[in-house]
Amino acid sequence: MKEIVVLSGKGGTGKTSIVGSLAFLAENKVMVDCDVDAADLHLLLQPEPDEDHEFWSGQTATIDEAQCTQCGLCEELCRFDAIHDLRVDPAACEGCGFCANTCPAKAIAMKDNLAGHWFISDTRYGPLVHARLGIAQENSGKLVAMVRQQAKEIAGKIGAGLIISDGPPGIGCPVISSLSGTDLALLVTEPTLSGQHDLERVIGVCRHFGVAALVCINKYDINEDNTRRIEDYCRRQGIDIAAKIPYDSMVTEAMVHGKTVMEYHPNGTAQHIEKLWNIIAGHLAG
Amino acid sequence: MIVSVASGKGGTGKTLIATSLAISLKNRVAVQLLDCDVEEPNDHIFLKPTIDKTETVGIPVPVVDEAKCTRCGRCAEVCAFNAIAVLGEYVMTFPQLCHGCGACSYLCPEKAITEENRETGVIETGGVDGIAFVLGRLTVGEAMAPPIIRKVKEKIKNNGIVIIDAPPGTSCPVVESVKGSDFCLLVTEPTPFGLNDLKLAVETMRELDIPCGVVLNRAGNGDETVADYCRLENVPLLMTIPLDMEIARLYSRGVTLAEGLPAWQEKFAGLLEKITEIVDERNSCSKR
Repeated sequence: MKEIVVLSGKGGTGKTSIVGSLAFLAENKVMVDCDVDAADLHLLLQPEPDEDHEFWSGQTATIDEAQCTQCGLCEELCRFDAIHDLRVDPAACEGCGFCANTCPAKAIAMKDNLAGHWFISDTRYGPLVHARLGIAQENSGKLVAMVRQQAKEIAGKIGAGLIISDGPPGIGCPVISSLSGTDLALLVTEPTLSGQHDLERVIGVCRHFGVAALVCINKYDINEDNTRRIEDYCRRQGIDIAAKIPYDSMVTEAMVHGKTVMEYHPNGTAQHIEKLWNIIAGHLAG
Repeated sequence: MIVSVASGKGGTGKTLIATSLAISLKNRVAVQLLDCDVEEPNDHIFLKPTIDKTETVGIPVPVVDEAKCTRCGRCAEVCAFNAIAVLGEYVMTFPQLCHGCGACSYLCPEKAITEENRETGVIETGGVDGIAFVLGRLTVGEAMAPPIIRKVKEKIKNNGIVIIDAPPGTSCPVVESVKGSDFCLLVTEPTPFGLNDLKLAVETMRELDIPCGVVLNRAGNGDETVADYCRLENVPLLMTIPLDMEIARLYSRGVTLAEGLPAWQEKFAGLLEKITEIVDERNSCSKR
């Protein structure tokens, strides 16, 4: 079984639109949305009623006012500035339990967090595992690991040969959790200085974790000088450019209609994405 | 006043708004811009500031003095992140998992644990033409953004206007960036993805009790649902920027909207006036 993750560094370069189209093109696969704090893939794939699971992860300190002697030690020791006037700020609490372990009056308990939900759904292109991190919750990396694990189990069960994963923006915790141990990262960028800067950092992360990468330059005709610069950079890094996709307002239109570009407008941009898929399939097979 | 710029969805125009707001205000008020998108900081590409100071930042991780250690296992017991383990005669630390809370060293009965700083990023401080600038940058391969963001925010001067450019999403790096703000601008686009992620961002701000308003970017390409949502949920729609290839091209070259099309400076100044009104109104309500 192979696993491909779509990343970008910079947000809004077109990861989800491309994943939606790959879901249309690939056969015998499972989709997983690893962007757990701003998931959008379900808006394109429109899953059927979900199997809904709670995701419990991490803890938050709570102070029992009746037992508290107001000594202030917790406030003094907390390095996350999470206790003020003997009240815990749940958004700041790291869940380390230092306060609970040191409270002389044993007035502090650690409570488990309901950190989000994850779902197994059916879509017109096959199973989708996705999630919703609770508002202002932590541990997105662990929720990503959970949805990936579920996707693997489903793929094993139904004999799917491929997992297509829509990754989060950035390079931190949830990106690392999405990337580690995958077979290929497709990096979607755009020809802006920000796009290139962020691409260089996400290439660094792929290298750090030893995952092979392919680059797709989306909206390449917005600035062809920058496109050339990105191509030169990738050449020097030994990374192939798998596709250059022109700007196309149909991509947004398709999204507005809850469809993938492949379904909504099979000519034009769809053909570039089809070529991209053929190159990805070649890499995964080789 | 601290105004943060956040979005839910990535790539909607946070950096465009944060940098143009800073440039439009710099001749009217003291401006400090903090780039808290430490995974992918971009503001410097547009502002090209002079950096006067670079500091490394990190997480204090445990170092065990094996001679003093009795292998009692208390450190492993109190560590919530499995960053230290005692296996028979061995004490092992996993610095990548350590959140730097300090529980192990404080609670070690033998005082056998000290801490050393593990570098995970840098903070750059500088400025450009009337704008004080701070940027945080997470080292490639590191996972934890919040400790870097906390350090960036320690640089807040809090005279005049502080603009915080937040990362996308709604999880801990966003919360760390926006908390303590007087107002949060949520930048979105008129698409189903933009709307879905805007809703999550609005919920996040409500949870944190931070008043917010919306900037609708690339208007004209998509649908009316964001404007409808704002009306229904009583979230003020404070500014609309049209879908315009000229703006996209300026952005692609690292030119701010406020400099590339200077007529926008007045609009950004007007945006600040609207924000100030909302914040003043709210403060006077809470005093009453």
